[in-house]
Amino acid sequence: MRDFFTLSVIVATVASGIRLATPYLLAGLGETVGQKSGVLNLGVDGVMQLSAFFAYWTMLERGSLILATLVGIGVGLVMGAIYAFVTVVLQAQQGISGIGIFLFGLGFSDLMFRRQVGSPRPVPQLPEYGIPFLADIPNVGDALFQHNLLTYFAFAAVPVLALMLRSTTFGMNVRAVGENPQAADSLGVSVGWTRAFAILIGNTFAGLAGAALVLELGIFQPNLTAGLGFIAVALVYFGAWRPVGIMSGALLYGLVAASVLQMKALQIIPRSASDIAAMAPAILTILALIVLAGRVSAPAALTRPFSR
Amino acid sequence: MSTFPLRRLLALLFSFGLLAAACGGSDATDASDGGSDDDAPAASSDLSVAVVAPSASDDLAFTQSMIDSLDALGITPQVTDGTFVVEDAAAAIRGYAEEGVDVVIAHGTQYGGSLAEIAPDFPETTFIWGTAADTQGLANVFAYYPAADQGGYVNGVIAAAVTESGSIGVVGPVEAGDAVAYVNGFVAGAEANGASTSVVYTGSFSDVQLMAEAAQAHIDQGADVLTGTSQAVVGAVGVASETDVAWFGTQSNQTSLDPNLVVASQVYHWEVVIQEMLDLREAGTLGGEVFELNLENGGLEIEYNDGFELSDDVIASADAAIAGIIDGSIDTGA
Amino acid sequence: MKRLVGASIPLMAAFVAFLFGAIMLLAIGANPWEGLQALVSGAFGSGDRIAATAIKATPLILVGAGITIAFRASVVNIGGEGQIIAGALASTAVGLSFDTLPALLFVPLLLLSGVIGGAIVGAIPGALKAYASVNEILSTIMLNIVMVQLMNYLLRGPLIDPLEVEAGTRIPQTERLPDAAALPVIIPGTRMHLGFPIAVLAAIGAYYLLWRTPLGFRLRAVGHSPNAARAAGIDVKRNITYALGISGSLGGLAGAILVYGSEGQRMVTDGSAAGFTGSAGFNGIVAALFGGLHPLWTIPSSFLFGGLLTGATNMQRALQVPAPIAVAINGIVVVFVVSSGKVRTRLDRFMDARSELNES
Repeated sequence: MRDFFTLSVIVATVASGIRLATPYLLAGLGETVGQKSGVLNLGVDGVMQLSAFFAYWTMLERGSLILATLVGIGVGLVMGAIYAFVTVVLQAQQGISGIGIFLFGLGFSDLMFRRQVGSPRPVPQLPEYGIPFLADIPNVGDALFQHNLLTYFAFAAVPVLALMLRSTTFGMNVRAVGENPQAADSLGVSVGWTRAFAILIGNTFAGLAGAALVLELGIFQPNLTAGLGFIAVALVYFGAWRPVGIMSGALLYGLVAASVLQMKALQIIPRSASDIAAMAPAILTILALIVLAGRVSAPAALTRPFSR
Repeated sequence: MSTFPLRRLLALLFSFGLLAAACGGSDATDASDGGSDDDAPAASSDLSVAVVAPSASDDLAFTQSMIDSLDALGITPQVTDGTFVVEDAAAAIRGYAEEGVDVVIAHGTQYGGSLAEIAPDFPETTFIWGTAADTQGLANVFAYYPAADQGGYVNGVIAAAVTESGSIGVVGPVEAGDAVAYVNGFVAGAEANGASTSVVYTGSFSDVQLMAEAAQAHIDQGADVLTGTSQAVVGAVGVASETDVAWFGTQSNQTSLDPNLVVASQVYHWEVVIQEMLDLREAGTLGGEVFELNLENGGLEIEYNDGFELSDDVIASADAAIAGIIDGSIDTGA
Repeated sequence: MKRLVGASIPLMAAFVAFLFGAIMLLAIGANPWEGLQALVSGAFGSGDRIAATAIKATPLILVGAGITIAFRASVVNIGGEGQIIAGALASTAVGLSFDTLPALLFVPLLLLSGVIGGAIVGAIPGALKAYASVNEILSTIMLNIVMVQLMNYLLRGPLIDPLEVEAGTRIPQTERLPDAAALPVIIPGTRMHLGFPIAVLAAIGAYYLLWRTPLGFRLRAVGHSPNAARAAGIDVKRNITYALGISGSLGGLAGAILVYGSEGQRMVTDGSAAGFTGSAGFNGIVAALFGGLHPLWTIPSSFLFGGLLTGATNMQRALQVPAPIAVAINGIVVVFVVSSGKVRTRLDRFMDARSELNES
């Protein structure tokens, strides 16, 4: 048994936690934008599975990480367009149609994998880039500034989205149609288009999350996400619809999971308690929310279709 | 709430009913005939065979090893795979038996309880169930299980020779079933030869990302050889590739996951025991016996990857371990 | 004419959904017509099949009725999976502790322990929401993860069948539970057991509770307007806890029925929630929403959705198509059917306008 609180272990744990947090963060940010506009998307997990498969397939066939990432984004856009049509134009019940999208993504990605690939074959993974200068800082550099580009992108998106939601016209429209679509409509904001764009952004992030997951792993397998998308939805509530909050939640979840793994590898956590320890991220997320919870309420028009 | 979606669904299902009636009152037999005609078994014997399995038939692991084994016997079975829900599997097992399939292979430990209910209803059908170490006293059930600790031990012996840091990482899903036997055997083999090991059970059979990070945690702490079990290990192999660390496989030959770094795989050859069961069935014994796959009967085999160079000494020590396990002089610790 | 058009919209939606399914079947070289036949006959083709569909529908009805109660009090319950597992674990633990009780006493005791197990795991997110402002969607999703790990821990540890340890096979399952504990078969020759009528009664009970009891009135008042309810002297926090607790208790009952109505009559895990529940915790939500979040409509809705599930298994076996195609088709059907409402109202308006024109 060795000590967990040594520098090298902590550096490794933080780096691992950031890797684990990346897909949660991307998917959670996207879900936040959608929910801010009043649209709940329970299909995130399915979109991630689809984009993960198609990004992986692109890697197998073309071997280009850029193309694979673009395909992941493209799948997100297509699914976003479908979901926008279903929820905005057809005004379908959001929870149920999201579950439909989830089922479709789960089944279709599995089917395509079996038809087009068969057995899992490895593809090149996303390379890690050290950020100049910052990566050279002892320990901190290895933990924080030695990651792949999609991880950097995910964290860079946090302030960008926060700013967009707070200070741009589009962001204000998004919040308005999520809180009070009738009022927004009377002020001349197109509720339908605003929501559709928010859904597109949300699904694009979900697509990117799927691509980030599969390209980090370098391999695909049916049900690759194993429920990751649902946890991402939960983290939106943890983060109280604020990008910084989502980031905190994703990091908390990822870092706790990474710490548990490191402690298991160090045999600090005995093998007989492996299942109990695996509960830690979920329990700590709830406990953290109990301590931190302020009275933040959901966007008032969440899940409510709008028609004049 | 004025228009219940349900009413729409009712109308929809009603139309199904009409459709079904329009097919001439045909029911299960029609549909299933269509399927089984196309898939007439091309077996070496005249027995028809069906497989019900929990994961995909191309999973490079548990289920694929069974399909490959039947293929080696020249049998093309009917397959219902991905039935990880026990009640769905039970429906499929019962369905095949009702159709008159001679031999139904229930390739999932968790199906045992259902089999105890189904098998007595079809005394003419042979059910083959695994992995399991008993037939639950049923006369028409054969059971099979791999002594996964044996190949695990041999893998561990080789791993101890391959490691330079002396530290080996093991990743597993949930500490239960076959995984325990393999992991315990591997640990015993590696530690008997001077290596130190660390085992991480992630708590999930399917979480590839978590398994990958578990492997990374081992590497962070100095491991330079890895092994693991469950279908989620594909993520761990990816980490091994990225960091240039040797990998040992089990269940199927995993060389294709990394042709440079997979050292050896313990491969299950179910065909060895399946053939025996089919022969017994032809001779009139419908079940009641338990078969073990082991190194001695060839049901377990260590397959080396030619792309990974091993010295003759290492191969010799592996062979010595195999001989020792077979003659009982080595305890695999399971 | 208007009615005809109105009725044909969902049919068309379903038709288009199945057209997608047919294209997918064709693409992988299977005959779509045979596929449809296998699906329908697999779900409703014989007494046995209908019984199987009813058994599949049983947990959906219970979870669905629970969803309805939570929804009426304005809380969301995505914790069905965890609550089912809790009920199953509780009733299994009780079942393993007795081996000589008469069935007439045993079965109710086990069902009750399932109810209590589910109620506890349901009430936790309820109390967290009421007293600590923890959003229930987050806490129920997280509790699902916790309950899966608890199940794995108990089934491979304290509750494991001693024979599994002895034989070294270590299958994570309990001993076979006593025969007196089994839910009796109510239609001889099929597998239809007492669980289905219990579920139907529970759904009727949920209806009665919501609209015929003071508690139900309070729950609905809280769901309608917490402020008005508070002004009327209703303890809002307590009633939110009750709502999720009752909702969870129905999931727990489903868990007990899954154990004692299964062919194996024991709990076994493959490490995932879905491996034990068959995703009933999620499918129950879909069934409840299809039923318009009304406990009684949840019954037929669950029955049809259960049929879709059993039919899909049969289709896979009969046509030798990969199982995921059925999952994908289910998803498409859900999306299309739920989307068709708006098309219908549009068409209704169009027809109205046209008939006005014709009259003038």
